[in-house]
Amino acid sequence: MPTNSDSSTPRGESWVWFTGLGLIVGLAMVVGLLSLVLVNGITVFWAPPVPVVKLDDGKGIIGQLAQRRIRPGTPANAPRYERQYQVGLRELNGNSYLWVDEAKINAEEFPTDVLGLERVENGPAFVRPITLKKSDGKVLAIADADFEAALQSEVASARLIREKLVEINRHQVGEVNADMESARIVLRRAVDLHQETKAVQQREVIAKLEARYAVLQAEGRKVSEGGAVATLAVQDAAGRSVTVPLTQVIRAWFPNRLDTPGRLQLFFSRLNEFIFDEPREANTEGGLMPAIFGTLVMTVFMSLMVTPFGVVTAIYLREYAQQGPLLRIVRISVNNLAGVPSIVFGVFGLGFFVYVLGGTIDQLFFADQLKYNNNSPVFGTGGMLWCSLTLALMTLPVVIVATEEALASVPRGMREASLATGASKWQTIRDILLPASAPGILTGVILAMARGAGEVAPLMLVGVVKLAPTLPLDGSAPFLHLDRKFMHLGFHVYDLGFQSPDSDAARPMVFATTLLLIVLVVCLNIGAIWIRNRLRARFKGASF
Amino acid sequence: MSQIMNPPSASRIKVRPSSEREGRKDYISIRDYGFWYGQKKALDAISLDIPERQVVAFIGPSGCGKSTLLRNLNRMNDLVDDVRHEGDITIGGRSIYDAGLEVISLRRRVGMVFQKSNPFPKSIFENVVYALRVVGVRDRSVLDEACETSLRKAALWDEVKDRLDDSALGLSGGQMQRLCIARAIANRPEILLMDEPCSALDPIATGKIEELIHELKDQFTIVIVTHSMQQAARVSDRTAFFYLGKQIEYDTTEKIFMNPSQAQTEAYISGRFG
Repeated sequence: MPTNSDSSTPRGESWVWFTGLGLIVGLAMVVGLLSLVLVNGITVFWAPPVPVVKLDDGKGIIGQLAQRRIRPGTPANAPRYERQYQVGLRELNGNSYLWVDEAKINAEEFPTDVLGLERVENGPAFVRPITLKKSDGKVLAIADADFEAALQSEVASARLIREKLVEINRHQVGEVNADMESARIVLRRAVDLHQETKAVQQREVIAKLEARYAVLQAEGRKVSEGGAVATLAVQDAAGRSVTVPLTQVIRAWFPNRLDTPGRLQLFFSRLNEFIFDEPREANTEGGLMPAIFGTLVMTVFMSLMVTPFGVVTAIYLREYAQQGPLLRIVRISVNNLAGVPSIVFGVFGLGFFVYVLGGTIDQLFFADQLKYNNNSPVFGTGGMLWCSLTLALMTLPVVIVATEEALASVPRGMREASLATGASKWQTIRDILLPASAPGILTGVILAMARGAGEVAPLMLVGVVKLAPTLPLDGSAPFLHLDRKFMHLGFHVYDLGFQSPDSDAARPMVFATTLLLIVLVVCLNIGAIWIRNRLRARFKGASF
Repeated sequence: MSQIMNPPSASRIKVRPSSEREGRKDYISIRDYGFWYGQKKALDAISLDIPERQVVAFIGPSGCGKSTLLRNLNRMNDLVDDVRHEGDITIGGRSIYDAGLEVISLRRRVGMVFQKSNPFPKSIFENVVYALRVVGVRDRSVLDEACETSLRKAALWDEVKDRLDDSALGLSGGQMQRLCIARAIANRPEILLMDEPCSALDPIATGKIEELIHELKDQFTIVIVTHSMQQAARVSDRTAFFYLGKQIEYDTTEKIFMNPSQAQTEAYISGRFG
């Protein structure tokens, strides 16, 4: 007999390496993706020094380096590089980004008077300031010692004015508009039904609202015009000068004067804006608060719907249904449901939930609304509820399969012990099986949440929009507005990356938004895992 | 060790006068009973009577059908797919297959202790009172009393009385098995079925359970399946020997072990086969 059992590498050992290789490739891809998103997402908020670039044709640009790449078409053995600078001043340049051939760059200087501006309109700007006309009329030149301090205090006071305007224009006027719309519907109904007194009442209500609207508008004008607005005169590298009213300026910083704490402060100030503010400039700037909130509310609501539904289904399949060929077919179908492309669920959601269910609800409960409000639907259009239901349907198989596995893995002894004491089947399920399989069920819910939170395609059909004026959950009754359309981080990524007019300007935001979406999903999962581990701890040491 | 010498609860259990122990001779009556798992016949023509408030041991080699018979006494085998039976089993004169008798109420009268201790992942208290909870008892004082009584009967009270709210899964193997006994007797069944209750326990814990069986037979009719012939000899009043699904011999324990009438029985108890 050959004695190859003595060999130091037993047969089959190489397959260990082969399987390990699979793991390494997988890990490398995950780590690569995450670090790409992390690095690109985080650096969006960092403010590097900004050079004044002298070109060999005598021209110059002021801009923040965005990226550097090999010029397309240059030979691989002697590559030529080109750099992309963010110069801003879209109103002058037409585009905020500029590609420059590296060979044409003569010099890069970092003068301390380069100023970065973030503006409400026309994007950012990198300029050299000339004079600041303060709101009290005094004029300061860039050479003056207190120029920077004066600029920052003017920016801060301009911010207060802007916030007051937003409060008036968006929130208060918005409320008045909403009230007016519902009052008009009531009026049209009253007129239609010849309820004269009611119609008169409604006309009074509308007149009052109109008066309030006029007051608000006047107030807004007073705020925007009242008091002289500080302005900043600046020029770009070519010497073209622009006057910027400071109410337009969100943030001003001297990128070449900042020390590290100053840069960190700017970093966190931008991060804070990104997470807690509302978007500006067709979503390419500002914050993502509505999208974060929409994603969160939708995911939680979806989990709340899919969990009981899936668990109940799994209990029937596992505990009550007659095991046989029919059940096997049902089970295979449920498993296959998990493989159906998500867009199919979107189409189904639109066809069934939105049009059939929503349309029926509108006809039954909102007939007045339809009749007196130009046939504008309430539930018969995309919204929070239909998005949650569509995703719940999509993630249902995950929960069903996980629950079935969890129920099946409850030790037989526990089940028998319960039945032997005279408990009924339902009591056994409720008191023994469900608590014991809760960790397994939650694992399914975690998977469902992870899949649901990152899903975009079906949502585009059933209720996610680019910009929603209101949040799905707010302070006005009934607080949770299931009929409202909402914003979603996943859709936001798609919209920024592929639908925005200035894709260069949107690129950093795509990474930042992606990072945020990942962080949000991870947070949701950590929350669910924490709950699961607490449950598991209760069953620790179960030795069956 | 001191606990074995001096069982903590023994003195507290009310011992009935022996005259009261005389119950019906055919309290559980098994007649021409056969049982199939699918096509496989597991029990064949079993006929035996189990007297009230006595301990009956089922012995026999693995696969002889003794556990199957035990599990049929409270119809636990109904949980298995594709089973059928012939003949009849009556308890107190009434067939357990009587259409008017719900299997749930049967199981409330016939408690069971399993081979592997299987406490629920709940507190010790909740484990003991589970049977009362399922019939809807909410009154805390009733539950407290039932818990204490059952744990005392199961000789576990002194060991766990200060930690009733702790998880039952923190108990030792022997304590868990006694907890399962306490759980089985909490709703005062008439019959207690024990399916090799000591097979996973060390000798000390086994000794405690056996002592317990002695105490409990004043109040319950006990049927025990065991692989240990010494245990059968120690705890039972009557013993049935099964082989390959057939009942070979059923008589008083003394007779079975001292003077068996069948050659197969003698061969088994003397260790020559099985």
